[in-house]
Amino acid sequence: MAQFKPLFSLENQNLLTAVQPVGPLHDGPALPSGDWRRSGKPFLFHLLGRIGNAQIGPIYLGGLGLASLLFGTLAFNIIGFNMLAAVDWSPMQLIRQLFWLALEPPPPSIGLSIPPLAQGGWWLLTGFLLTTSLLLWFARTYRRARQLGMGTHVAWAFLAAIWLYLVCGFFRPIMMGSWSESVPFGIFPHLDWVSAISLRYGNLFYNPFHALSIVFLYGSVLLFAMHAATILAVGRYGGEREIEQIVDRGTASERAGLFWRWTMGFNASMESIHRWAWWFAVLCPLVGGIGILLTGPVVDNWYLWSQKHHVVPSYPQVYPISIDPALLGARP
Amino acid sequence: MSRNVTFTLRTLQIWAAGLALVALAGCGERPPIESKQLGYRGTGMEQNVNPRLEAVKLAANQAPAPADAASPDGPKASQVYQNVQVLGHLSVAEFSRHMASITQWVSPQEGCAYCHVGENFADDGKYTKIVARRMIQMTQHINQDWKKHVAATGVTCYTCHRGNPVPENVWYKPADRKYTENSLMGDLAGQNYASRSVGYSSLPFDPFTPYLLQDKPIRLNGNEALKFTGAAANNTSTQQGEHTYALMIHMSQGLGVNCTACHNTRNWQEWTNAPPQRVTAWYGIRMARDLNNAYMVPLTDTFPANRKGVHGDVAKVNCLTCHQGVQKPLYGAAMAKHYPELLTASPPAGAASAPAPAASAVTAAAPATGRSAGTAVDAAAAKPVALK
Repeated sequence: MAQFKPLFSLENQNLLTAVQPVGPLHDGPALPSGDWRRSGKPFLFHLLGRIGNAQIGPIYLGGLGLASLLFGTLAFNIIGFNMLAAVDWSPMQLIRQLFWLALEPPPPSIGLSIPPLAQGGWWLLTGFLLTTSLLLWFARTYRRARQLGMGTHVAWAFLAAIWLYLVCGFFRPIMMGSWSESVPFGIFPHLDWVSAISLRYGNLFYNPFHALSIVFLYGSVLLFAMHAATILAVGRYGGEREIEQIVDRGTASERAGLFWRWTMGFNASMESIHRWAWWFAVLCPLVGGIGILLTGPVVDNWYLWSQKHHVVPSYPQVYPISIDPALLGARP
Repeated sequence: MSRNVTFTLRTLQIWAAGLALVALAGCGERPPIESKQLGYRGTGMEQNVNPRLEAVKLAANQAPAPADAASPDGPKASQVYQNVQVLGHLSVAEFSRHMASITQWVSPQEGCAYCHVGENFADDGKYTKIVARRMIQMTQHINQDWKKHVAATGVTCYTCHRGNPVPENVWYKPADRKYTENSLMGDLAGQNYASRSVGYSSLPFDPFTPYLLQDKPIRLNGNEALKFTGAAANNTSTQQGEHTYALMIHMSQGLGVNCTACHNTRNWQEWTNAPPQRVTAWYGIRMARDLNNAYMVPLTDTFPANRKGVHGDVAKVNCLTCHQGVQKPLYGAAMAKHYPELLTASPPAGAASAPAPAASAVTAAAPATGRSAGTAVDAAAAKPVALK
C-alpha cells in the first residue's frame, strides 16, 4: 500500500472502507435457551462492505421484535388507508398528495373522550398502536444489549426520543384536556402543528427549554463532526482502533488528543467523547419535552413570559405608533 | 484503484451539480432574491423580492388610462333614460362615459350585450345587469365607507375584474371529497390537502368561511404570560392556530408580501412596534367580510346555477380578489379619482340634488363599529334588487 498519495487521494479521506477483511461467515455467540433462533442465512454484500460490515444477517427477531413490528405495521396501515380514503382511494393522488395528507387528531369539541372513528377515532387507535410498538422496540433494544453483556445506553437514548413523542402526542394533550392539542400523523401537517403551537403560545423562540434543546441539537451535530473528523484524520495511523492504542506513545489516539489540546487547551479522552455525545443527544429531546409540556399547561405566552423575566431586548420605535382597532370600539 | 474511485467521485459530482441545476430551474424562482429592510436593523424585518417575478407582476398589474372626462352639463341620465336606479344623477355624457368604461373593465369581449338586452337597454331581463348595478353600489360603498382600508386611492370595477366578467380570484366553499358521507375513514378535517387557497400548504384550505363570511375569532395570543383559569383563561386551541395561520398565508400570498409586512414577528400580537400596515389589513379583513355578507350573499338567488359553487354558494371576495399578488392593487394607481361617481354613494333615485341620505350616514359610521348597522341597512337595500 503506497504511503504517499496526491493531496486529494480518497484513501486518506476514508471515504470508503479501504480494506474489507473477509472471514468465514458467523452467527455470533450462542444464545441462551429461551431466546429465539436467529433468522436468515448470513451472506456477504461487497458494496455495503464499502461503508460498513460486508456481512448481512442473521437478524434476531424475537418475541418483542415481532410484536413491535405487528403493532407498528397496524399503525402504518391505518395511517396509510386513511390517507388513501382522503384522496377518494386514488393511488396516483396518494403519491401526489402524500406529503400533505395526514391522520388528524379529533377536533377540540371531543375533549378527552373517545372520538367516533371518522373524527379522530383512528388517530387515537393509531396513537395507541404506535406507542405500543415503540415501547416494545425499546424493550427489545434493552434486552438484546443485556444478552450481549453490553450496557443499555442505546435503549435509554431511544426512550429519550419516545419521551418527546409522548409529550407531544399524549402527556400534554391530557394536561390540556383535549386530544385535539396533539400532533397529526403526516409529513407537512405535523410541521404545521409545530408552527401553529408556536404562533398560539407567543413564539416558542422565547421558551428557554426550546433554546436549550436547540443547544443540544446543534451541539450534538458539532460534537459528532468534531469526533468523526478527528478519528478520520488519524485513520492513517489506525485511529479507529482506539482502545488498543490508548496507552502507547505516538499513536493515533495520542495525536488525536494532542490536536485538541493544542487547539483548545483541553481534550476529551477516547472514552469521554462518547459520553459527551450521548448526553448531548439525549438531552435534546429530554429538555425539548419539558419545554413542550410547559407550553399550555403552565405558560400561555412565552414572549410575555420572557419580557417579564427581562430577556426580551427593546429596539427603537421605527414605525408610527399603531393602536389596536379593536380598542377603538370595533369588533376584533 | 485510486484513479477509478476518483473518476467515480468526479462523475458523481457532475451528476449532482447537473441535477441540482435542473431542480433549481424547475422552481421558477431562481436566486438571487433581494431583501428590503422594513424595520430596525438586525431584527429580520425584511421583505423578500424576486426581481424577475416582480417585473412580470408589474407588467400584469397596470391600470388602464382613464377615459376622457365628460361634460357634467345637460340633462341627467335619469331624465333621459328609463330605469336608471343608481347613476341617474350623472349627466348623459358622464353616464355614457361610465357605461363605456365599465364595458372595457368588465366585458370587453362581450360588450354591452353582456348586461343589456339588445333592443331595450332599460330592461332588467339579464341577471348580469342586476349584479352590475349592485356592484356599482358596492364600489361606492367601499370608496365612501372603507377609507381606512382603501384610503383616498379607492377602487374601481377594474381593480377586481381586469377585463373578466367574473373576477379571476373569487372563492366558493370547497367541494367535499367524493366519499365523505358515511365514510369511516379519510377525514380531511378541512385541511391536509395541497391547496392554492393557502399557498399549497397543508393548512386548512377554507380560511374564508370562518373569517371572511362568519366572524370567528382570529386572535390567538393572550395578554398573560402564565396560564389562567376561569374567565381570564385563553382557551384558544392549537387547531384554531392553524386556521388563523391559514388566513394569514392567504393574505401573504394575496398581497405578495412576507409576514413582516404587517407583523413584528417576534411578537405577532403586538401593535405598537408593528408596521402600520397591520391596521390597514385589519380593516381589510372586516371589509371583505362586510362585502361578502352585504353584497355577495344577498345576490345568491340572482346568479344562475352555473355561476355558483358546488354548494350553491355565490362567488365571494377575499384579499386576492383585488390585490392579485400586489400589496397595493395595481401598484397603488389612483384610478378611482377619474371616476368621481364611484367615490360616494349615489343620491337615491328620483332625488337628483337631495342631501346625503340617512342610510349613507349610518353606513359611514360602520367601519368604526365593526360589524355594522350599515350592513343591515345595505342588506335591506339589497333585498328588492335580489328579489328582482
